[in-house]
Amino acid sequence: MKENILDVDNLHVSFKTRNGEITAVKGVSFSLKKGETLAIVGESGSGKSVTAKSIMRLLPKHSAVIPQGEIKFEGQDLLELSLKDMQQVRGSKISMVFQDPMTSLNPTMKIGKQIMEGLKKHQTLTKSEARQRALEMLELVGIPNAKKRLDAYPHQFSGGMRQRVVIAMALACIPQVLIADEPTTALDVTIQAQILQLMKNLQEKMDTAIVLITHDLGVVANMADKVAVMYAGEVVEYGTLDEIFYETQHPYTLGLLGSMPNLNAKRSEPLIPIPGSPPDLATLGTGCPFAARCPYTMAVCHDYHPRKTELSESHSVLCWLQDSRTPENHAPETVGSAQR
Amino acid sequence: MHPSFCFMVRISPATVVFKDRGVNVKGYIFKRVGFMIVTLFVIVTATFFLMQLIPGTPFTNPEKLTEKQLVILNAKYGLDQPVAIQYLKYIGNLLQGDLGYSFQYEGRTVFSMIGDRIGPSAFIGLQALIFGSIIGLLLGIFSALKHNSVYDYLSVTIAVLGMSIPSFVFAALLQYYVGVKLEWLPVALWEGYSSTILPSFALSVTVIATVARFIRSEMLEVLGQDYVTTARAKGLSEWTVIVKHVTRNALIPVVTMLGPLAVSIMTGTLVIEKIFSVPGLGEQFTLSILVLDYSVIMGITLFYSGLFILVVFLVDILYGLLDPRIDYKGAEQS
Repeated sequence: MKENILDVDNLHVSFKTRNGEITAVKGVSFSLKKGETLAIVGESGSGKSVTAKSIMRLLPKHSAVIPQGEIKFEGQDLLELSLKDMQQVRGSKISMVFQDPMTSLNPTMKIGKQIMEGLKKHQTLTKSEARQRALEMLELVGIPNAKKRLDAYPHQFSGGMRQRVVIAMALACIPQVLIADEPTTALDVTIQAQILQLMKNLQEKMDTAIVLITHDLGVVANMADKVAVMYAGEVVEYGTLDEIFYETQHPYTLGLLGSMPNLNAKRSEPLIPIPGSPPDLATLGTGCPFAARCPYTMAVCHDYHPRKTELSESHSVLCWLQDSRTPENHAPETVGSAQR
Repeated sequence: MHPSFCFMVRISPATVVFKDRGVNVKGYIFKRVGFMIVTLFVIVTATFFLMQLIPGTPFTNPEKLTEKQLVILNAKYGLDQPVAIQYLKYIGNLLQGDLGYSFQYEGRTVFSMIGDRIGPSAFIGLQALIFGSIIGLLLGIFSALKHNSVYDYLSVTIAVLGMSIPSFVFAALLQYYVGVKLEWLPVALWEGYSSTILPSFALSVTVIATVARFIRSEMLEVLGQDYVTTARAKGLSEWTVIVKHVTRNALIPVVTMLGPLAVSIMTGTLVIEKIFSVPGLGEQFTLSILVLDYSVIMGITLFYSGLFILVVFLVDILYGLLDPRIDYKGAEQS
C-alpha cells in the first residue's frame, strides 16, 4: 500500500469580517496517496476553495486568520513553514490550477515566459533549457504549433487552450500534488471533457496526486478515487468513490446525487432539488448545519452537533442517523440502501 | 483654468482604435494626423477671433502716440484692414510656416521669440514631470502595498491636498519658507540650476498627487486579479510578483495620464513662471496677453495646442505598444 503524500488533519480556517470572526473551514481532515485523486464536493460557500487555498497558503493575508490544524506534506507541516520555504513548495511540489482561465494568466506576459518563470525559480536551468522545457510542456498539453505559440499572449488563446496552458504551467516542475480548483467550471461541456481527459493522462504519466475541487458529480464519477463531501465548512461524508455513490449515508450527499441529471431517466422525471439554501456561517446554531434542509431530521439534530461515525476503514459520515446511539429503526430506508 | 481640471478628462484606453482589425497602423496614424490638423485649425480660428474681441489694439496701451503715428503703425501691421482679411492673411502666412512679427518688439519674429523662451520652460516642465512621476509612483505603489495602513491614509491625504490646492499656493509657500526663511534656494529669477528647483517642485505637486492616486487604485485592482494568485502559486517571491506581475500591469494605464499631465504642467507654467520670474514661454505668454501682442498670442497658443495634441497622439501610440491586447497586427493572428 502506498504511503500518504498529503495529510490534512483537523484544519480550521477563519476570516475576520465586520460581524466578527467567521469559521469557513471546521475540522476538515483527509489524506491523499501518490497518484490518487481526491474530489472535494460541495455547494458554493461550503469551504472547498478555502481548504485548497490553505494547503497552498494563498489565503488573503489581511482577512484570514492563520489556519489551525495540520497540513502534512512529506512529513512536514506546511502551516509551520516560513514563507520562503513555502515558496519552494509552491509550484514545484504542490501546484494549483484555478477556475477561470480567462483571468488566471497575466495578460501582458507571453505564455512561454509565464511557464518558464516557475521552472527557473525551482530548477537550475539555463534560459534555453527552460524554454525547451516550456515547449515540451505545451506540446504535452496538446497546444498545436507550440513553438510559435510560446511567444503568444493569453488573449490570443481560447478558453480551453488557456486552461491547457495553465495546466502546463502547473505541471512544469512535475509536482507531487496538483490542486485543481474547479478547473472546468468556466469551460463549455465539450471542452470540459477534453481538459479532464488531459488531466487524467498527465496524472498517469507523472504519477501526480490530484485534489479536485468541484460541484459537478459527473466530474467526480469520472475522475475521483476518493470523495470528501463538504457542507458549511465540514466534511460531512468521506469515502471511496463507490462508497459515496453506492453506499451513500449522509442525507446531503443523497440530495446531491438526487439533484444530478440522469441520462437514462425519462424526460418527464423531474430533478429533485435540495430545498432551502446553504446556511449563513455567521449565524450557525449548535446543531447540525444541514438540519434545516434535511428531510430526515430528528429532534437531536437541531441542538447537538453530530459526531463522526466510522462506517469502514475508508468511509466516515457526520450525521446523527448513523450514530450508534440512534435507534436502529430511525434511519429511513432510502439512506444507506443503494441508490442505483 | 485650474490645472487639475485637466485630470477630469482621462483619456480612456478605449479611444485607441487599434482593435479595429480592418485598420492597420499606417491608416490609423494617417487618420489621426488628419484629425490633428483639423483640431489645430479650429483652435487657430477660435483664438484669432476671440482675441479680436478683447478691447483695444496692441498700440493703445503703451506709449502716448499721436493720431498720425497710430495710422502709420496700424497700416504697417495691417490692422486697418477688416478682421476677415486679417484672418485670411494670417492663415495664408501660417500655411507657409510664417508666424509673423511681434507687435511689441520691433523686428522680432514670433518664431525666434518662442525659440528663445522655450528652454527654461521645457527644463522646469520636464524636471517637474520626471520628478513628479517618480515620487508619485513610489508614493502610490507603497500606498497600495500597505493598503489601509497609516502610511496609506497619509499618502492619500497628501494626494488629495496636492490635487485640490492650486500650485501657485505652493509656490508662494515655498518662496516664503525655503527661499526667505531658510534661505536655501533663490526666491526667484533665473540664475543657475538652483533657481529651477523651486518652480519645478511647485509644478510637480499636482503631478505627484495625480500619479499617486492613479497608480494606487490601479495597483489595488491588479492585486486582486487571479493572475497574481497564479503567480504566487508558482512559488515566485513576493518581490517578483509585485514587480513583474502587479506593477507592470498597473503602470500601463498610467501612461494614459501623461497627456493630461503634460497639459497641467503647461498651464501650470503660465502662473509659476510669472511667480518665480522665470524667463520662459509661459511668462512671455502672459506678458503678450497683457499688451495684446496679437501675433505672439497666436503663435504661443498654436505652439501649446500643437504640443498637447502631439503628446496625446504619442501616448495613444505608446499605449498600443505597451499593452499586447491592443493589437494592430490583429488580422495576422487567428
